Amino acid sequence: MTEPYIQLKNVDKIYLTKTDAIEAVRDVTFDINESELVAIVGPSGCGKTTILKMVAGLVSHTGGTITIGGKIVDRPQTDLGIIFQDAVLLDWQDVLSNVLIQINIRGMDQSEYEQKARELLKDVGLDGFETKKPYELSGGMKQRVSICRALVHEPPLLLMDEPFGSLDALTREQISMDIQRLWMEERKTALLITHSIPEAVLLADRVIIMSPRPGRIVDIKKIDLPRPRRWDSLDMKFNEYTGEIRKVFQQQGVLALR
Amino acid sequence: MDKETIPQELLDQRKSDKFNELLRKRLLPVIGITIFLVIWEVAVRILELPSYLLPTPSEIAITMVERFHDLLQNSWVTAYEMLLGYFLAIAIGVPLAITITASKTFDNFITPILLFFQTVPKISLAPLFLVWFGVGTMPKVLVAFLISFFPIVIDTAVGLRSISPDMIDLAKSMGATKQQIFTRFRLPTSLPYMFSGLKVASTLAVVGAVVGEFVGADKGLGYMLLVANSNLQTALMFGTIVALTVQGLILFYIIQFLETMLIPWHITVRSGKEQEFGTM
Ligand SMILES: Nc1ncnc2c1ncn2[C@@H]1O[C@H](COP(=O)(O)OP(=O)(O)OP(=O)(O)O)[C@@H](O)[C@H]1O
Ligand SMILES: [Mg+2]
Repeated sequence: MTEPYIQLKNVDKIYLTKTDAIEAVRDVTFDINESELVAIVGPSGCGKTTILKMVAGLVSHTGGTITIGGKIVDRPQTDLGIIFQDAVLLDWQDVLSNVLIQINIRGMDQSEYEQKARELLKDVGLDGFETKKPYELSGGMKQRVSICRALVHEPPLLLMDEPFGSLDALTREQISMDIQRLWMEERKTALLITHSIPEAVLLADRVIIMSPRPGRIVDIKKIDLPRPRRWDSLDMKFNEYTGEIRKVFQQQGVLALR
Repeated sequence: MDKETIPQELLDQRKSDKFNELLRKRLLPVIGITIFLVIWEVAVRILELPSYLLPTPSEIAITMVERFHDLLQNSWVTAYEMLLGYFLAIAIGVPLAITITASKTFDNFITPILLFFQTVPKISLAPLFLVWFGVGTMPKVLVAFLISFFPIVIDTAVGLRSISPDMIDLAKSMGATKQQIFTRFRLPTSLPYMFSGLKVASTLAVVGAVVGEFVGADKGLGYMLLVANSNLQTALMFGTIVALTVQGLILFYIIQFLETMLIPWHITVRSGKEQEFGTM
């Protein structure tokens, strides 16, 4: 068996602020295999964003080790694409340039990737909007642009921090389908952070369940459902998975028992 | 949407919206000002107010035409002082703001000093500058500089800090260098704030120049205003005030024009309803 692509071993994080120390996550150990989509669900403030940023090398960890492809993570990683809760687009550039900034900053050949950028935009239903500015787009359209930006340089790893968090329910469903489709096409290793149990079960190969702060892993569920999974054809098995995860949260006191 | 498939009513609607907008934005202010001037003119004539108390608009206009040469000549003097002070404020203020936001140490060192000097009423320093630098151009430029300096530094610094942490993380994940993060992300993000400071400062700079002239000068619109005042030439005083206002407005609109050119995405420019005049 090959080594997992991403490995976290006994990772701790304590934030030092001026007045005190906040223990965000404690003893987090998990790995993500190549081409696997792993989701993390957990209550607000349990350190999900912290874990994602530590994997990206944007936040230092205070204990344990993190490796990507066998290499220790000790600085910002660049072999990846990130999608945040907000689209964080450059207001002063049009849609196409907002995707290509990824190529531009990396000093890669712009003309070579322009086609790829246009294809991605088309794939998420944004053809015809290439020359529009972000303020001319809806929230969901902006988030789709940021998805394209995270994929255009064909990174081996995709990190998503509540990518549907600021969207309405209908748009969430559409964009989660976009993400599943793009992921199935390219089979990137992916880490998805979400508040929503159904979204985690729908998209992930495995779901990591976290406790309230300081965040620890309380369970990891393997989701054995055939793909592509669709919101309109969810079966008993899907409900079983969400029910099981729900139960774990109830035991943690995160969700009230009925 | 294809041009042909847009319903004709909508196009007509847009046309009439545009016309209404033009009417509202351009015509109504002109009508308002005209009515104001007419009431002024008629009221002064009916009440037979003496000219040294309140001249009629027509009298002011005639005086301005008669003294056009003087007004223009003195306008150049004041404009020169104002612009020199204003551009000096930009030339020092913007780099200072960049340094403040780039270095925590420098920030902690300089910001308390800045905040202290910001609360000093700048125009009260004018007499001091007269003592130090005499009646030449220098003291006027200095007051104009000081008064426009703070809005520029403060708004630029706020703008440079306004970038979201996610945006910086994003840039880092692309392997952006420190310099790239600054020029490609941080600086463009700060432009709307910077321009709001520049606009406020543009209306303050003229105040600085005039106050400098009030304290001691032998030319400039501020000087002309004082001379007209001591001769009780009230119409000429009004004429000078008009010239000063026009001067301030020209600078303001030049900056506003640059703003719409440089940052067309900025929300207040798009909706066109911001008011960023400084008051002093
Ligand atoms: N830069 C920081 N400095 C100090 N404390 C921080 C910092 N970032 C996060 N924390 C703390 O660490 C804990 C975990 O934060 P994190 O943002 O990782 O949570 P999260 O699970 O992503 O929450 P949410 O679901 O609300 O986004 C929180 O208690 C938070 O207050
Ligand atoms: Mg978070």
